[in-house]
Amino acid sequence: MAAFNHLKNNSSDWLMLRALVLIATISGLLVVMSFSLSKPYIESNKQQAIDKALFELVVNASDKKEFIIAGDKILPASELMQLKQEQSSEAEIKPLYALYNKQEKLISLALQAEASGYQDKIQILYTFDPKCQCIRGIKVLKMAETPGIGDKISSDKDFLQNFIELDTSLNEDWGTLKNKIVSVKHGKKRHLWEIDSISGATISSSAVARMLNQSAQQFVPIIMKHLSFLQSKVLHRKPGQQGKAVLELSHE
Amino acid sequence: MNNKQESMSNTDQYEQISSDTFLRGLWKENPVFVMLLGMCPVLAVTNSAINALAMGVASTFVLLSSNALVSLLRDFIPKQVRIASYIIIIATFVTMVDYAIQAISLDLYNALGAFIQLIVVNCIILGRAEAYASKQPLPQVLLNSLGMGAGFTFALLCLGSVREILGTGSLFGLMLFSENFQPWVIMILPPGGFFVLGSWLLLFNYLAMRKKQNISLNQDVTLRQESSDAG
Repeated sequence: MAAFNHLKNNSSDWLMLRALVLIATISGLLVVMSFSLSKPYIESNKQQAIDKALFELVVNASDKKEFIIAGDKILPASELMQLKQEQSSEAEIKPLYALYNKQEKLISLALQAEASGYQDKIQILYTFDPKCQCIRGIKVLKMAETPGIGDKISSDKDFLQNFIELDTSLNEDWGTLKNKIVSVKHGKKRHLWEIDSISGATISSSAVARMLNQSAQQFVPIIMKHLSFLQSKVLHRKPGQQGKAVLELSHE
Repeated sequence: MNNKQESMSNTDQYEQISSDTFLRGLWKENPVFVMLLGMCPVLAVTNSAINALAMGVASTFVLLSSNALVSLLRDFIPKQVRIASYIIIIATFVTMVDYAIQAISLDLYNALGAFIQLIVVNCIILGRAEAYASKQPLPQVLLNSLGMGAGFTFALLCLGSVREILGTGSLFGLMLFSENFQPWVIMILPPGGFFVLGSWLLLFNYLAMRKKQNISLNQDVTLRQESSDAG
């Protein structure tokens, strides 16, 4: 209180503090207001961007279904609300997209992954082909990499060649990947699980390798365990009880 | 009380509103072609006309609203903390623009990349706040900022449209030429920005020089006429 009085007596200090507090308050109000006003639009835009990226990555897909990975279970996305109510402290819920062709056969799965790049988080969408147990393509959803250098991860043709068939096959016990996904120096790629870096953009390239490795190590085993559930599109068309029954079956 | 007296005496220094208040930014003091300010977004995001337009509109919004607030609070902000205050105000409006562009189009947001956030450190905006908005009342500031913003947008569009036409053969995404057109790819790459900016600066400086020469030539002529009349 004494310090406050001192501040008030010393008028120029008080004026400075008053101005900064007022400006910070106005700024805070405006930022929060614009955030909450724009949020629904941004979310729907993001969803649209994901849909577009999905059908660009998997050209022959004709239908998409959303699932969620919660812990080591896979549920239809329609049960997300229910799940949140049941377990409020669920550790991690990750969206998983399953893509089907015209014959209603599962052709690809897609997941999001993220890691810190050179300036900000890089967010990508990658497709996983269960038939070859490999990654079939990536699409950058969000990044703030240096224009002309790091942002090549979304456009460089040689770099994207890495992801036409990036090996993510599992160990015999289906617990982890047989080989860690790593980035190697430009031109040094020897194996299917290695990523040939863009020269000059090592940090961005290794960030992609890191996020793919982390995500694949965690989710490929879960996906492979529940593959039969994901394949049977017809069975879980109706969400709710029927979906649950299918899930229990696939657990056996 | 002190503040009031000060602002009373300040009224003499206020600029009279005229068409020049607005037009100055567009031509005579164009932020890009004359003052050479804010070169970073000018070179970086002008690889297509639509990016240039979006960047120009975003910067104009930030310029207009932050300078309006600076002008309203000009007697309230002590000198010692003015830069800190301006930066907070500018950063606030940049954040709002950032959210707005994300809500309008994610593609546009990704195309503009880090440069939306970098409007915070665009020297046109801080420069206007310091040199003009902190000394002038709201109407003048609004007009002047709008002029400066329009000038900036105009300059970005000059660069963006030329680079897009030469680099991809289209304008605002519409193809202008037939299939046989070979795009001059370097124009949409970073070096192209420097080439096109250099060419525009050359043109504007040439025009300015010729105008000056014409004026002095006319003066010479009138002087000579006068002297010959006298003779």
